[in-house]
Amino acid sequence: MTSVTQSLPDETKKSASSAIGRLIRRPEAGSLLGMLAVFVFFSAVASNIFVQPAGFASWLNVAAEIGIVALPIGLLMIAGELDLSIGSVIPAASLIVAVISGYHGLPEIVGIGAALVFGLTVGLVNGFLVNRTGVPSLIVSIGMMFAVMGLTLGLSVLLTGSTSANIVPDAFYKSILGQFVGGMFAVTIFWWLGFIVVVAYILHVSPIGNWIYALGGDRISARNAGIPTEKLTIGLFMMSGFSAAFVGVSQAMVYQSAQVAGGQAFIFNSIMCVVIGGVLLTGGFGSVLGIVLGTITFSMVNQGIYFTSFDANLGSVIIGALLLIAVLMNDTFRQLALSYSSKKKS
Amino acid sequence: MVHPVLELKNVNKSFGPIDVLHDISLSVKAGEVLCLLGDNGAGKSTLIKTLAGVHKPSSGTIKMDGETITFDKPKDAADRGIATVHQFGGTFPLMSIGRSFFVGVEPVKKFGPFKVFDRKTANETAVKAVQSFGITRIDDGDRLIGGLSGGERQALAIARAVHFGARVLILDEPTAALGVKQASHVLRIVMEAKKRGIAVIFITHQVTHAMAVGDHFAVLIRGALAANFMRGERSREEITDLMAGGEALADLDDHMEPSSNQSAAAASLA
Repeated sequence: MTSVTQSLPDETKKSASSAIGRLIRRPEAGSLLGMLAVFVFFSAVASNIFVQPAGFASWLNVAAEIGIVALPIGLLMIAGELDLSIGSVIPAASLIVAVISGYHGLPEIVGIGAALVFGLTVGLVNGFLVNRTGVPSLIVSIGMMFAVMGLTLGLSVLLTGSTSANIVPDAFYKSILGQFVGGMFAVTIFWWLGFIVVVAYILHVSPIGNWIYALGGDRISARNAGIPTEKLTIGLFMMSGFSAAFVGVSQAMVYQSAQVAGGQAFIFNSIMCVVIGGVLLTGGFGSVLGIVLGTITFSMVNQGIYFTSFDANLGSVIIGALLLIAVLMNDTFRQLALSYSSKKKS
Repeated sequence: MVHPVLELKNVNKSFGPIDVLHDISLSVKAGEVLCLLGDNGAGKSTLIKTLAGVHKPSSGTIKMDGETITFDKPKDAADRGIATVHQFGGTFPLMSIGRSFFVGVEPVKKFGPFKVFDRKTANETAVKAVQSFGITRIDDGDRLIGGLSGGERQALAIARAVHFGARVLILDEPTAALGVKQASHVLRIVMEAKKRGIAVIFITHQVTHAMAVGDHFAVLIRGALAANFMRGERSREEITDLMAGGEALADLDDHMEPSSNQSAAAASLA
């Protein structure tokens, strides 16, 4: 009996230290610490509301919108690609819904379907161009962003004579896409959770996840190993196009109107969330949990600043600093992960 | 008569007007180590790429088990059991041992329509495969490739190729970037692969390493086969001289002799 009680603390200590060891070698280690630091900081300096449901709602609502886009952007980045075209796909999808279902009064499902198909198509073209031309996806997707932006503006003026359109969605679509649960939590938060589950399954559970890591590690070796790299690239771009269109649709439902402009902020914001979340900018390393934590960290800073007495513009300064610190910290943690050998355990 | 596993007959390769390989005839049998020696630019990498299906020979034939074959793409060669391991072994430094071992052929468990990557099986198989080559220091399939030593990476890459049924193992300068001890590990793994009946083509410019494991040696000079001989037929000095293209190194030795005598004299004076 006594020997059991004596050995217990030792055992737990050992497993606790190995658990910490395992944690710091994970891609999201840095982003977890970053998120905790940001949360503690704002809990201390911001007004009480920050830690009350309304405070949580304010950053969760922002996190959900960025998060839905950041997840596929993260997958793309792990696979070694970037997609900036989301910045114009979001407003374009918004406008498609508003024009089809608002201006023309067709059923919502038609507008929503058209917007989502549009997002998938943009992704398909992006992926196809990246595969065929070999031009870096940064350039391809910037080109695509401008093309979509121009088309949206041109077609919107041509079809409606205006750069914006209104929509009064049916109660059902309003409730599943544009509602605020409890008066403050956007229903998008639940969609975000759904996206997290799907993307986590793809990256961490299914064999496709392995292909994504391999693609980001070394494209040529991945292809030689029999991975359908071209299909995979197109699929990932289609996912980001779809997610961006989804966010556009839900924005149209929330705001009941859509504008040609707007959405550009999503480009940098989503990339920052992903990088803060520990994804390696050059590909091959990262995790869904990291992306989620990065998104939460980003949104807390973004919204938390309004609960403090600081000038709101300071928020951008904090985010900039945070990004730099995150990258430096992630480098350190990645080195730890690399240098880890089981020899040290003994 | 048993056919060699892989045989080249009068293979030429030119890129436009430039002849890179000139009338190469070589063969390697199961359980034999063929050492391909040659200086930089002698055409070693073009030869390997031809064997691995990256390049098609301009003329001449490649035979496997006596049957003439053509490779349209690297996958064809891989499907026939020709595996190439490059100088730095694993190419996915940020992937775990288990994950990178099974890239493209992931073991899965099925739950209804959902496929689940079987991490446990992957890790266990990978660790077992590499340990069977005597690298017992690798015991955790979750470690990242980037954290392994150069020798361990080579071992893992070779174990992977053998696990997936390689019959011809092409090792491209596996010891070039390694220290003495690491290199000896890799040489031991080459011996183990040979013992398992795999035909090994070992590319190197380190004559000592070639002498340690080779059964059969071929020296390439400017794209042509300058010598082709069995173990014990030539001395180390002869091979080195051949690789350097003749007398050059012997001359260099003569130049070095007096100076080393001088320093010896200086040492005895002091």
